[in-house]
Amino acid sequence: MKQATASMAAELVARLSYGKLLAMLAVRSRDIAAAEDALSEALLRAISEWERAGVPTNPEAWLVQVARRIDADRWRRTVSAARGAERWLLLEDERMSEPARDVPDDRLRLMLVCAHPAIEPEIHTPLMLQVVLGIDARRIASAFLVAPSTMGQRLSRAKARIAEAGLPFELTDRSALAERIDAVLAAIYAAYTLGWDLAFIDADRSADLVDEAIWLVRLIGELAPDHSDARALLALVLFAEARRSARRDSETGAFVPLYEQDPTRWNQNVLAEAESALRHAGRLGAKGRFGFEAAIQAVHAARRSSGATDWVAIEHLYRGLLLVSPTIGAHIGHAVALAETGDVGSALERLDALPYGRSSMHQPYWVARAHLLNLNGDRGSAREAITKAIGLTEAPAIRRFLVQRRERFADN
Amino acid sequence: MQFAILNYVMPHNFADRRPENDPDGPAWGAYTKALLDAGVMVGGAALSPSHTATTVRIADGRRELHDGPYAETKEQLGGFYLIDVPDLDTALAWAARNPAASSGAVEVRPLMKT
Repeated sequence: MKQATASMAAELVARLSYGKLLAMLAVRSRDIAAAEDALSEALLRAISEWERAGVPTNPEAWLVQVARRIDADRWRRTVSAARGAERWLLLEDERMSEPARDVPDDRLRLMLVCAHPAIEPEIHTPLMLQVVLGIDARRIASAFLVAPSTMGQRLSRAKARIAEAGLPFELTDRSALAERIDAVLAAIYAAYTLGWDLAFIDADRSADLVDEAIWLVRLIGELAPDHSDARALLALVLFAEARRSARRDSETGAFVPLYEQDPTRWNQNVLAEAESALRHAGRLGAKGRFGFEAAIQAVHAARRSSGATDWVAIEHLYRGLLLVSPTIGAHIGHAVALAETGDVGSALERLDALPYGRSSMHQPYWVARAHLLNLNGDRGSAREAITKAIGLTEAPAIRRFLVQRRERFADN
Repeated sequence: MQFAILNYVMPHNFADRRPENDPDGPAWGAYTKALLDAGVMVGGAALSPSHTATTVRIADGRRELHDGPYAETKEQLGGFYLIDVPDLDTALAWAARNPAASSGAVEVRPLMKT
């Protein structure tokens, strides 16, 4: 019983405070991999120690102190007694006198290091998920569709690079913070879109990733309350979150596209919070991609009171989005909006104008193309395009949806 | 780099390979077409159900034949693709789109360089 309590307490601290504790350790030692080792060792010791002596009144402080000692001991063993002792004293000094810093939270410093320009952009999000949220490499590998051993190596390399290159955990001025937050937001956005894409492949992992992205973006919102893009990103992820359950048929579990969703199944509280975050972002002058994307979502969400989708407004917003962020997704969204306003011909011309290299393997491109060709009355070509989309689809529920849609093209 | 993508499917997905027996039926043609259009397909084949297999083995100086597949597993080897892509990440992306990934399993293996 006592052991159960001790291990439960350790597990609880690990789950709630992993990133915070790791950040406190890594910010001082600048070695993320060593900090992770020390923290997991401290968690192991906690189980036996707490079982014997009871759970301390401040478990987090206990873990940090023990992990620091473990880290300093290891350092001493691997380098030299003198340097290890020196480092331990340094760490103790830092603990006693916390210097004033520009960036208030260690977790934000850690996130900024994870998204440092010297680290490959593709590894920003996995690194952040692992070091700030404590998600293990195997789960991250599955989410990113990378071999687990490869993902493990990439994460270790990135951590080694942080330690060897001595990437600064301090930021000297606020303007650098503003610049670097963009990379952090991009990494959070990547976590969120991945979560969204995984909804019909791995529902649990999808929900976790979306929750984690929301958690991280809320944290940024607390740490940098006046950052307009951070507010806009919060709005964007909440708009999507509000529709999560409506994407699935409640009885069959089948995929339900946005335009067929029942707005009463959208989470009204979450939508209200999203709208409030978007208004806040607007007051702060958000003009970036997240602002436009969130505004597009807001127009879709407005269907719950107006009963119709304002495609003219959406088409305008996509034009704005294309100016700041001309991704293939933005081009596709714009073409679909244009077609919904009645100009199917121009919409198809715009899809044709996209470079083949960018579109040929992009599943949403072929879904959109099939839709527009069908609107244009060209069912044969629509069938071909949707077949291509089916071949590029990973999620079984979406594949079934597209196969059914293809049958509909044939019947007409 | 060349990779083999081995499709392990459930027996009910592949009984006699008739579309009505296989919920993934329409997806296989689309998947193969996507591989061809991408210019990555090198080869491949769909196999008849595993009960049609005959296994041959010579052990301890004796020749042994038996009806059925070498390995009696729940998922059966239903076919394979050979693809040529730049790296393992790309091969895994193709494997994930393989209809067998969501009904059975897909194994990705690099071909030995000859």
